[in-house]
Amino acid sequence: MSLLVHELAITEGLVDAVSERLPGAKVTCVRLEIGALSGVVADSLRFCFDLVTEGTNLEGAALEIIQPPAMCHCRVCGQDFEPDSPIALCPCGSVEVTVLTGQDLKITSVQVA
Amino acid sequence: MCGSCGCGSGAVVTLLADRPVPAWMGGPGHRLHRGARGHHGHAEHLAGHVLTDAGYALADFEHDHGHEGHSHDHDHVYVMDVPDGGRTVELQQKVLAKNDDLAERNREWLRERGILAINLMSSPGSGKTTLLERTTRDLVGKMTLSVIEGDQETALDARRIQAAGSRVVQINTGVGCHLDADMVAQGLRGLDPPSGSIVVIENVGNLVCPALFDLGEEARVVLASVTEGADKPLKYPHMFRQADLVLLNKTDLLPYVDFDIKQYMTDLRMAAPEALLLQISATTGDGIQAWYDWLRRRIPPPRD
Repeated sequence: MSLLVHELAITEGLVDAVSERLPGAKVTCVRLEIGALSGVVADSLRFCFDLVTEGTNLEGAALEIIQPPAMCHCRVCGQDFEPDSPIALCPCGSVEVTVLTGQDLKITSVQVA
Repeated sequence: MCGSCGCGSGAVVTLLADRPVPAWMGGPGHRLHRGARGHHGHAEHLAGHVLTDAGYALADFEHDHGHEGHSHDHDHVYVMDVPDGGRTVELQQKVLAKNDDLAERNREWLRERGILAINLMSSPGSGKTTLLERTTRDLVGKMTLSVIEGDQETALDARRIQAAGSRVVQINTGVGCHLDADMVAQGLRGLDPPSGSIVVIENVGNLVCPALFDLGEEARVVLASVTEGADKPLKYPHMFRQADLVLLNKTDLLPYVDFDIKQYMTDLRMAAPEALLLQISATTGDGIQAWYDWLRRRIPPPRD
């Protein structure tokens, strides 16, 4: 396998994590939350998922991805806002921004047969 | 297998040691070979050009995965039946939890020993190894530096660092595009750095993937160079957002390249408002003292 994307590594991490938690279980669906500022591309992850799950107890499982929006707080004007790009800039023009949510990459639940 | 993912399944860790390998690491022989899933025979390949005479299995070396002294965020499993006869199991687990956990252990290991670890990241060709060669030579007798060198293949960079005078471990990640906390754990134990010293982890040249993998470092340094163009902070915001320090290298070439430094500073401030920017030339030494001062301020007091 010559894919050099971190989504491949992450998909393998995902399969390992589920296999460790539920050894031997036939997994039929994996539900993932990919934050808008997580740096992970959902389509790449989907592409890797079928490759990586082959021969594991996740083989054939559906992959459901939700991508909740990020939320940031501006330390200058005080408002919370949803950034519209990975460069989190406040609408007031400030760069003094704290990321509140949106960086997580999380398995929320799985469905087993 | 890689702690978080298994991507660098053929990763090979090689200590270019200037002293015997301790008995707890398996006695004579310097090569630490990561085994398991689908490895690619790098050990055989590398054996031709590294300082080694015997390898041994990672299983002898890898730390246990017990839960003492640290917490996981996957302690609770909720199960509910669903109408089609299957079950939904609530996990609420970070995908990279395993890596994050190992990174935290590295951080604790380093803290206990009073060692400063820096995660040095850049695109290929920015001058990471040249910077570390110069840093090694300039800091002789002032600060103790050792290096964990990450590359997909070859021990070329480790040779350069060793020739400059630092102790070094080479990690070859094979197909892996970044270092992870498990590889660094092996590297640290192979290096066995002294208290009050600095370990620089030279990550695989890549502005994308290394940003996601905590290694247990104290600080993240992104090395950029004027020959790459000024647009990198906006193109790779995930990498720059997490930087504590950005070193802009090859400033001696500014007269010859089209690089708008004012625009760079503006863009960097948007992508990485918290990061400090230092302009350096690892070749001529311009501005390099500020990098050394930055390092010195962060070195913890030595432990007994």
